[in-house]
Amino acid sequence: MRLSTISLNNLRRRKVKMAFLTIGLMVGIATIVTLVTLTRSMSTDIERKMDEFGANILITPQSTALSMNYGGISLGGVTFDQREIRESDLARIKTIANHKNISAVSPKVLGGIRINNHDVLLVGVHFEGELKMKQWWKVFGNEPKSDNDLLLGSEASKVLNASPGDTLEIRGEQFTVSGVLDQTGSQDDSLVFSSLKKAQKLLGKEGKITLAEVAALCSGCPIGDMVTQIAEKLPEAKVSAIQQVVEGRLKTLDQFKRFSYAMAGVVVFIGSLIVFVTMMGSVNERTVEIGVFRAIGFRRSHIMRIILLEAALVSLLAGILGYAAGMGVATLTLPFMAEAKNAKLLWDYWVAGGSVGLALLLGLLASLYPALHASKMDPTEALRAL
Amino acid sequence: MSLIKIENLTKHYTSGEETVEALRGIDISIEAGEFITIMGQSGSGKSTLLSVLGGMNHPTGGEVEMAGVRLYQLPGEKLADFRASRLGFVFQAFHLIPYLTAVENVMLPLAIVKMKGAEKRVKAAAALAQVGLGGKLDRLPNQLSGGEQERVAIARAIVNDPAILLADEPTGNLDSATSNEVMALFRRLNDAGQTIVMVTHNPDNGQYADRTITLKDGMVVAE
Repeated sequence: MRLSTISLNNLRRRKVKMAFLTIGLMVGIATIVTLVTLTRSMSTDIERKMDEFGANILITPQSTALSMNYGGISLGGVTFDQREIRESDLARIKTIANHKNISAVSPKVLGGIRINNHDVLLVGVHFEGELKMKQWWKVFGNEPKSDNDLLLGSEASKVLNASPGDTLEIRGEQFTVSGVLDQTGSQDDSLVFSSLKKAQKLLGKEGKITLAEVAALCSGCPIGDMVTQIAEKLPEAKVSAIQQVVEGRLKTLDQFKRFSYAMAGVVVFIGSLIVFVTMMGSVNERTVEIGVFRAIGFRRSHIMRIILLEAALVSLLAGILGYAAGMGVATLTLPFMAEAKNAKLLWDYWVAGGSVGLALLLGLLASLYPALHASKMDPTEALRAL
Repeated sequence: MSLIKIENLTKHYTSGEETVEALRGIDISIEAGEFITIMGQSGSGKSTLLSVLGGMNHPTGGEVEMAGVRLYQLPGEKLADFRASRLGFVFQAFHLIPYLTAVENVMLPLAIVKMKGAEKRVKAAAALAQVGLGGKLDRLPNQLSGGEQERVAIARAIVNDPAILLADEPTGNLDSATSNEVMALFRRLNDAGQTIVMVTHNPDNGQYADRTITLKDGMVVAE
């Protein structure tokens, strides 16, 4: 016989009330788990989708010379007195402290070139990365695969009078137009894209790049820190964050989080009330019992331990069941809530531990006053008959 | 030296503007091994006296000394510790814990004592055997008769070998035959050396005691 025996036996005796308390707390914890998991899973989904919209860090050469406009972004000089970045230097980006937050690095080399008696801007890119980063591109024909494939902007295609499958000659070398971009309304419409390697050769810039776009974002991603970290690794380059994109993404995520926290707060409050009312009722029902305990010499701390142990056991069970139920609801709900059909549910040990811990904390805090109330009962009044 | 010494004990209850003097200058001395019954009409102050003796009801004035300890001068929870180690209680309504078996109910006072579980059970079983319930250890209170429940309550009161056994109307809820059995049990315990102070309104119970103290209006009128 220990104090825990009393707690356990009482829980067994009051099965219905304890089940009500467990379910009440469980629903609260399940709601929080569902909200937190959904929010985090949706945030990750949105981040992933947003990352597909393009870069948010731009690496350009330090230059005071003539600039050229690319996609509304002011670039370093590309034709006169320009200081390009060595392509091999980009490997240093992977060594920054927050390298795990980088989802894609897209180096580019730019240069004016003459094709079919027209001056055009040739952009050398890694097609695989570029197509991944610019998911809004719609390619008529085929995506470029070999070094001698070209991708033309819609305007460039018209000016050069070239369609998918046509051949173009650039500086004596034959290239195949594998695809033409649908109109984007941006600078991309007038560009000619080739593989980075080939463009470097044609422009005489082997091993060099003009700029690099970096896509990096996750919840709480320290873009400002990452800009500083990249700048330290590439002192010869100018590194800047595209603030609008960053702020827009963070704002969206922030709204999700605030909604989640507000809902969690309300649920925590209701859960606490359920625990408080049930435990208070349980204590009042057990007035005589507590009077007996006190009369036979139980200290106030003993009474509190009995009540709090009961609360802890119920809370622990509610926490475990709440986590399981919450994840179950999140699994069922996520496909309807997330933007992507293949959005993945985040299974996090911290959420599991946190939900059980929160249930325990909630149960114990809400039971503290009932336990104190019980411990302060006057044994004479409690027993009345004595 | 007396085991229990009560000097000029007073207890007043205030309800609104009215003050009720439940105990008015009680002086009692009880020796170790005595069996005392406290009698009196309803409102005479006998139950109040027992609760004060039990360390559960602070007196308004006077002193209660038990086994050399001035009860109400004990600091903090020491009074609870004193109850746990030196006193045993038998309540009128038995007050068994309904979700604990007979042996578990008897083990209750040992729940806060450092002792091995098996040892506690042996001690509780011995106490139940002493009251004639050695074969009903695992019965729940609702599976026992009134007399048996009273015996479990007595076993619970003696399991910690208390210096003093306090009983409040232990036969109040029993028929006369069962009452006699319970009183005979108290007598046997007293014969074995147990000091007993019992509050009762039944004059027949007095025959089992060594001495009867009669209260009226909060004062001792016969001893």
